[in-house]
Amino acid sequence: MTVSDLLRADLRLITELVPEGSRVLDLGCGDGSLLVHLRDEKGCTVRGVDLSPEDISSALARGLSVVQADLDEGLPGYPDGSFDYVVLSQTLQVVRQPAFVLREMLRVGKHGLVTFPNFGHWRVRGYLAFRGRMPVSRSIPFTWYDTPNIHHTTITDFRDFVAANGGEIEREIPLVTREWAGRVRPAKVWPNLLADTAVALVHRRAD
Amino acid sequence: MTPVPAPASGPRSIELAGGLDLVSGRRLEHVTVAYETFGELDEHGTNALLLCHALSGDAHVATGPDRFGDVVPGWWEPVVGPGKAIDTEKYFVICSNVLGGCSGTTGPGSIDPATNAPYGLRFPLVTIEDMVDVQAALLDHLGVERLACVVGGSMGGMQALAWARRHPERVASVAAVATTWRLAAQSIAFNEVGRTAILGDATFAGGDYYDSGQPSHGLAVARMIGHITYLSDDSMRAKFGRRLRQRAEHAFDFVTEFEVESYLAYQGRKFVERFDANTYLYMTKAMDYFDLSAGHATLAEALAAVRSRLLVLSFSSDWLFPTYQARELVDALKAADAEVSFAEIESPYGHDAFLLEPEQQRTYLEPFLARIVAEERERAMASARQDQGGAGS
Repeated sequence: MTVSDLLRADLRLITELVPEGSRVLDLGCGDGSLLVHLRDEKGCTVRGVDLSPEDISSALARGLSVVQADLDEGLPGYPDGSFDYVVLSQTLQVVRQPAFVLREMLRVGKHGLVTFPNFGHWRVRGYLAFRGRMPVSRSIPFTWYDTPNIHHTTITDFRDFVAANGGEIEREIPLVTREWAGRVRPAKVWPNLLADTAVALVHRRAD
Repeated sequence: MTPVPAPASGPRSIELAGGLDLVSGRRLEHVTVAYETFGELDEHGTNALLLCHALSGDAHVATGPDRFGDVVPGWWEPVVGPGKAIDTEKYFVICSNVLGGCSGTTGPGSIDPATNAPYGLRFPLVTIEDMVDVQAALLDHLGVERLACVVGGSMGGMQALAWARRHPERVASVAAVATTWRLAAQSIAFNEVGRTAILGDATFAGGDYYDSGQPSHGLAVARMIGHITYLSDDSMRAKFGRRLRQRAEHAFDFVTEFEVESYLAYQGRKFVERFDANTYLYMTKAMDYFDLSAGHATLAEALAAVRSRLLVLSFSSDWLFPTYQARELVDALKAADAEVSFAEIESPYGHDAFLLEPEQQRTYLEPFLARIVAEERERAMASARQDQGGAGS
């Protein structure tokens, strides 16, 4: 099993999207699995941000440089355009100020890579429509009153959100993940209905 | 059970050949450096760590015979030793008393060869950078070309940071704990109150008190003030509250009544027995002068030449060197594109937390050190292979 097999499906896709030798900042990098992969397999210069002491400890053991910081306070210190890619993977929905975080990503990175669970997925819609309850699913596995996910979005909402915050979507990859098969495939039609996860490559709109 | 470690080689000292030019422009002809080492240098010389002590510390960082020959715990005992976060079974640990100190290294209490009497205030003011230069000279003497890491807390952290700027090629990494890149006005203010207490003591005698006895009262007051800044509101409330000592009611007198008074008085008394008042003046001044951005418009610019990997740790209740100051440093290191990691450790113990929170520091220090030493070893072995290859062809 290679390193990339161990990576979450959306992270695997990110490693494919990031060119060799890029400078990458991972916001909410966890134990640094993505960064280690990008560093060792693609010769990237990598940095991370996370909150958890255990994750930072694991990242340090792997030789990564990780700063403990609250993303809601922005990305102070990092100069404009100092990274080729700023990654925000499955983290947008947990921050208090998603718009501010996106603007900071677009400031610091030439490109941003955002992955998020799609609240427009048919299962989520069905859950709410037929059960009349807040959805609990594989990609959103929390009760409404005890969840880190405080800002749910759909793929359609995300497009508006990026546009409203000075960004442009370069590429949008809606994904259907099948964990039981260990596979992920793009949703070819009706992305906002069929994809449970989305990966978006964004950049700052030239004004 | 960890077996009692074999006594380290114990306290030693060397005389620096050729004297020392100080940042101030002045020169010291004779400098003695007191140091201790723990563990062994590996065959590639890749596991050397320099530990830098704080204001009142000395070379005795971990258990071993001290300079009086007694086997006693060191000032960073919970963190340094066999199997601890800074593992003396894995690393070659060096700790020396700083320039200007009073525990074996040349300082104001040392004999001035020009007058054959203690320097007193004739001792030149020294800086954090001067301390670092003396440590570098010690490493030359020990045959340690490169350090895997310089680790320091508080004033020791300032030395560690100064190392990264002053000798970027010689330090693979730096771990700066509970420290700051320069003192804020509040910290300078506390230092000045301490100095005023010493300088105003009737027995200070212009610093020439070595025959007549220390300005004990002034030094004790300075230490009491220092201790207040090392604790926190929470830790004082938990440790002492308003409890009275050995009495149930107020005495309506100026005797020591509250537990906290008794604690401070004890700390003051104890300090006077082991620390030189003049050294206290010199150390606090060196801290006040320290500014990692010196000579540059911004801190980030000053750090542009830093090549070491850095780990910066702060403590949530440290109000002497608060987290915001650590973040200023980290932000400048980010701007300088340094490899910097940072974490704030949750602790109620104030500035003293760096002496009292071994496990939380281990979370970061242990993996950081293990990785850098592994990388250093890898590098050294690769270059050894290359040399062999070159010789063979």
